[in-house]
Amino acid sequence: MLRLRIIPCLDVADGRVVKGTRFVDLVDEGDPAELGTRYAAEGADEICFLDISAAPEGRGTLLDAVERTARRAFIPLTVGGGVRSVDEMRAVLRAGADKVSLNTAAVADPDLVSRCAARFGRQAVVVAIDARQRTPTAGNGSRVWDVLVRGGREATGLEAVAWAERAAELGAGELLVTSIDRDGTGAGFDTALLRAITDRVDVPVIASGGAAGPADFVAAVVDGGAAAVLAASIFHRRVHSIAAVKAAMAAAGLPIRPIRPIRPIEPVKPVVA
Amino acid sequence: MIRVAVVDYGAGNLVSIGQGLAAVGASVTFASSGTGLGGADAMVVPGVGAAAPAMDRLRAQGLVEPIRRWITDGRPYLGICLGLQLLFDGSDEDGAETFGIVPGRTVLLERAPTLPHIGWNQVEQRRRHALFEGIPDGSDFYFVHSYAGRPAVGLTPADDPTPDDELSPAEELTLAETVHGGSFLSALASGPLLGVQFHPERSGPAGLRLLSNFVRIAANAIPQRTPAATAAPSVAGRPA
Repeated sequence: MLRLRIIPCLDVADGRVVKGTRFVDLVDEGDPAELGTRYAAEGADEICFLDISAAPEGRGTLLDAVERTARRAFIPLTVGGGVRSVDEMRAVLRAGADKVSLNTAAVADPDLVSRCAARFGRQAVVVAIDARQRTPTAGNGSRVWDVLVRGGREATGLEAVAWAERAAELGAGELLVTSIDRDGTGAGFDTALLRAITDRVDVPVIASGGAAGPADFVAAVVDGGAAAVLAASIFHRRVHSIAAVKAAMAAAGLPIRPIRPIRPIEPVKPVVA
Repeated sequence: MIRVAVVDYGAGNLVSIGQGLAAVGASVTFASSGTGLGGADAMVVPGVGAAAPAMDRLRAQGLVEPIRRWITDGRPYLGICLGLQLLFDGSDEDGAETFGIVPGRTVLLERAPTLPHIGWNQVEQRRRHALFEGIPDGSDFYFVHSYAGRPAVGLTPADDPTPDDELSPAEELTLAETVHGGSFLSALASGPLLGVQFHPERSGPAGLRLLSNFVRIAANAIPQRTPAATAAPSVAGRPA
């Protein structure tokens, strides 16, 4: 049985891990490769790097962090932020990423999702959707979410559930759904947003934005239908460990990958030609 | 130190495989031609994606015959993902004819609730083997695929006539299975011919342990590489 995944997320700006609230008020949280390697050792099922500096000069430091992490972590890496072409995606994969997340570029050029999926397989393509609840709600009282891009600064005119369906049709193998309203607030995941999307798409949905404690991870899966749950600050600041989150999920009867101690054989001196 | 040649034909993440093997103490070279295999003690064939383009690239680089010869000579081989699937006769994914070392085909996962099958899933060991030494039965490994190798009819446990107290040819081949809807072959072993459908280089401590077990198997195989030992098991040694 496939396991539900716990994914620590590293928001990287200018080569450092940062974390803000509702996408602003950034605080330095450390070196990305160091944190990524730590999370792999602590039982993370995957690591997500998001370049939020979105400045061209930030890209080199992100690829460097990805490569340094890939060399030590030995778990899947997803990398996003500013990838605008098949060539840029190839560079990120070459640095050691397994998947690339497209956000602003996918909205601007939806065919990019198809081109990347055709070239690298849909398993390598994640479409990230930053969603904010529209106020007032739709006429019938149901909630509606708008898609924003450029780090939550720019409206797109897209409705989140419709865009999620479209992205999956275009070739996204997975959707990373972030609630801007909840991001960094610790108010819990927006399970209504997640459920609205998971009811309409077959691809796995990663829940993001709002984790405060282990119970939120359980809710994202049980109420929201998420296949994976992503969080940043609660792990960076050691508010909760990955082990504690997995214990809560296991106690709720959810399938998680247990953290098993597997003894390595003592290595001799490594050499790569 | 054990020298491992990782076959480089433009498919898959060589960085992490090379780093994984180096982390467990192997000396790693990347071979993009038959001559690149010279001096190696063991071969790793990685790869993701479809069989036909992979076979095209292997052929263009003159690697198909050297790899086949390596296997039929009974030398240590670890196929990862596509590197396992290519051992069979052909692939249903695009009709490609593959190495034809192991009778059977690469088929779409049966009754799979989702495709591709991506993520951590349990590997159920069907027998004890040095490749899984120190790795608890049912440990999770990381998968990314939609197809898997299936041994030929007559080699599947269900329809073979071998008495219960003896291993059938299929049981001898099948090292581990995994369930995603239906059950599929997730590890194969026939003498020094080994293959895994999952990605050990992406499977954390369990994956690293498996790579180090492979390096140890290769180390133990070196003094045994004599004409007698190269008479590989009938399945693995089937002539072209």
